[in-house]
Amino acid sequence: MSEGEVHRDPGLQPERTRLAWRRTTLSATVVAVLAGKSALHGGPSPTGVVVCALYGALWLTFLAVAHGRIRTLTSATAAAPPVLAATLCAVALAVCGAVLVL
Amino acid sequence: MIDFVQNVRLWFAPREIAEEGRTPDYRFSLANERTFLAWLRTALALIGGGFAVDQFLPDLRWGWRVGLALALLAAGVLCSLRAVNHWVRCERAMRRGDDLPVSRFPALLSLAVAVVAVAMVVVVLVRGNG
Repeated sequence: MSEGEVHRDPGLQPERTRLAWRRTTLSATVVAVLAGKSALHGGPSPTGVVVCALYGALWLTFLAVAHGRIRTLTSATAAAPPVLAATLCAVALAVCGAVLVL
Repeated sequence: MIDFVQNVRLWFAPREIAEEGRTPDYRFSLANERTFLAWLRTALALIGGGFAVDQFLPDLRWGWRVGLALALLAAGVLCSLRAVNHWVRCERAMRRGDDLPVSRFPALLSLAVAVVAVAMVVVVLVRGNG
């Protein structure tokens, strides 16, 4: 790989990665909405509202993680992507859902 | 097994990965990150499927509905944990200059999805006739 190639590709890779984070945030939004709907299924109950708020908090956490990553993508410093935080949000959504289903 | 424990430890300490080997071309690191995100989206789709089954199939018997929903949710959890593990393995392999890790997971996941799809076709056909 020559220097010229690097310069011809200045923004594309961070751009694609940024969009991948955006797509993933969108998927997380769909899941959070579905989860909230199933929590409030059959009328709002105190438990349902609390669980719904929990889903909202998880979604906001994911949003913050993705946004933080997108900001470090455009800066020059090489930081490790927050893979574990993003994964834990997805796992927490699933675990809450499993508890609710049972 | 020891390697797996080591990888799990690195999930929590991504900075330590950077201490090993040479930093690869940043484009490869970003590609690895996008692969991770694609797997995470797959996991989120499975989790969303679990919620959808629970919600939109009220006519299904309780056991089937809960079983299918829990199976999808569990598959989503497995897929997302595997996503982070695979990211760590690829990152380490690139830093050491090793071959990228191979994995049976995609084949297993596709087989599971195919089996569920075939089962649904059978269910629909049986219901349509009966």
